[in-house]
Amino acid sequence: MSTRRINWYKYAAPANFYPLAGKMIPFFTVVTVLLFIIGLYVGFFVAPTDFQQGESYRIIFIHVPAAWMGMFLYVLMAVYAGLGWAFNARLGSMMATAISTTGAIFTFISLVTGSLWGRPAWGVYWVWDARMTSTLILMFLYIGFISLQASIDDSRRADRAGAVLALVGLINVPIIYFSVQWWNTLHQGATFTARSFKMAPSMLSAMLILMAACWMYSIAVVLVRVRCIIREREREAPWLAEAVA
Amino acid sequence: MFGWVSWRDLILAWRHRADVLATLFFFIIVTSLFPLGIGPEPQTLQTIAPGVVWVAALLASMLSLGRIFGNDYQDGTLEQLLLTPQPAYLIVLAKVLAHWLVSEVPLVIIAPVLGLQFGLSENTLLIVVVSLLLGTPVLSLIGAIGAALTLGLRAANVLVALLVLPLYIPVLIFGTGAIQATVNGTGTKPWLLLLGAILVLAFVFAPWATSAALKISVE
Amino acid sequence: MLEVLKLGCIRGDRRLFSDLSFSATAGELIELRGPNGSGKTSLLRILCGLSSPAAGQVRWNGKNIRSLAEEYFRDVAYLAHQNAVKDELSALENLRIASGVAGNPLNKAQAQQVLERIGLKDRQHLPARVLSAGQRRRLALTRLLTSKATLWILDEVLTSLDDAAVRLSRDFISDHIKNGGMAIVATHQDLNLSVERMQRIQLFP
Repeated sequence: MSTRRINWYKYAAPANFYPLAGKMIPFFTVVTVLLFIIGLYVGFFVAPTDFQQGESYRIIFIHVPAAWMGMFLYVLMAVYAGLGWAFNARLGSMMATAISTTGAIFTFISLVTGSLWGRPAWGVYWVWDARMTSTLILMFLYIGFISLQASIDDSRRADRAGAVLALVGLINVPIIYFSVQWWNTLHQGATFTARSFKMAPSMLSAMLILMAACWMYSIAVVLVRVRCIIREREREAPWLAEAVA
Repeated sequence: MFGWVSWRDLILAWRHRADVLATLFFFIIVTSLFPLGIGPEPQTLQTIAPGVVWVAALLASMLSLGRIFGNDYQDGTLEQLLLTPQPAYLIVLAKVLAHWLVSEVPLVIIAPVLGLQFGLSENTLLIVVVSLLLGTPVLSLIGAIGAALTLGLRAANVLVALLVLPLYIPVLIFGTGAIQATVNGTGTKPWLLLLGAILVLAFVFAPWATSAALKISVE
Repeated sequence: MLEVLKLGCIRGDRRLFSDLSFSATAGELIELRGPNGSGKTSLLRILCGLSSPAAGQVRWNGKNIRSLAEEYFRDVAYLAHQNAVKDELSALENLRIASGVAGNPLNKAQAQQVLERIGLKDRQHLPARVLSAGQRRRLALTRLLTSKATLWILDEVLTSLDDAAVRLSRDFISDHIKNGGMAIVATHQDLNLSVERMQRIQLFP
């Protein structure tokens, strides 16, 4: 029974997490850079040209991972915010705040790349198809979360109010997604489905590598941001003076 | 106690009836602007009518959200309400009920008249009313969450729009869907059932979230 | 019985107090003293369950007030700095609605009796908007007179009251305590209450 157990609770305290995060950041940064280089190389030079869409399809190597990250990070953010609220764990709330910006950036990237891809594929920059519309709404949810937290001065209230909003949003995301799908199928005029193209193995691997790269990037950036938040919030704490010195 | 809370809000709204009327006129004016902006072709107007009525209803109901808790927060009565020996869930529900009666029901009543401006048939007008009756309580229920979260903040009015409007989207889609389905002669029932389902969900979850948000904001 | 165990409170970056413990039993008055900004109001708000403490807990009859929730509110009356009086309503309406919402509705005659006792009978139909600061405070005090709560939590109860009203509120606070109630009063002036058991808690900035 007496296997060695890691004391996870220890790292829920900002004072212990701060140095740990500091040690982890260089590792994740290096991995991110490597994966991006490999992924982009495979995506741009190894993967074959699509016979229908030509070279322009390559934007999906950025678009798809960004879209996925936008969604994952929203869920992750809501979970962290919820944990921070339920267990009164400041670090959880700080993580949620840190994730929100990264998630919003990915969602924004996926919107921009989506419309850039739409131009050659559909002939227009924007179509109200189900996926683009849901991504847009996801962006709105991020904006709501970020602006709510930004306009509350008291950090404790900001954390908890953000948690309520994120959880309400989380319950709503499937409903919104479903309703947009329905709406889309009913307004046939606006439906553009991307012609499915056969994915060569190298395309798939490029996509997966870049997906991993985005994950690593998110982890690295979120850790950096969490450290900033900790430094800002705990500026009075004695341990911080020691850690920074 | 539940009745007292709703009753109290109804009396207060009656004393401020000008505010309530302002919301109603906002709704009327906004819907009347669309024919002016788009042109009076009956065909076009019929097509845009469901969306116009619903979007205007969303905006009008948002204008009144600040009143659900705002004044009570300012003068300290909100604290006293939260300190009464009843679950905060019920207090929220009572206040939301009052808000719906005061700010949403007038919109539902006036909507058919506005529908006439857009040349909707009688049958369609009926669905306009039914869809609004099912959908507007959801607007009050979800809006209350946003109102509670933004209590006492500087830009509360703008902020509440950012928080709440994205959450209104399913109601908008199902509400307009029901009306369009009637116009096109496809089935209206599934849309209304979906609206009903959302109402049930909102009824169960939203007051809970609102009372959590209130406790956070009052602290 | 109210027990306060190792309570700590942080507002913003500042630690207002920590490790604060005391207890009160039936028939006891607690006078809470301290300069402005020492955390009196924060402490009172924690005691009545409106805010949660950064550390420690408050127990009522042996149970944490967090888990008691609404059950605790049945036993507590809180008079805050703000009067919680609705400007749009008359004195009579304010009283009747406040007590109805709190779960002990009064009929018109009962409500008028209370207003007479507090000295607002001839103002009963005026909207609270036109009442003076002292009269509004009196109106707020009616919440205590109509409440069935055991524990009274009072924040600067005597603010803007005239001599007659101060005497009146002293009387009914000491009546409440003699009848087995408890009161926690944050104040700057001496209450001079004739009660048998009294504690004084001093907060420091």
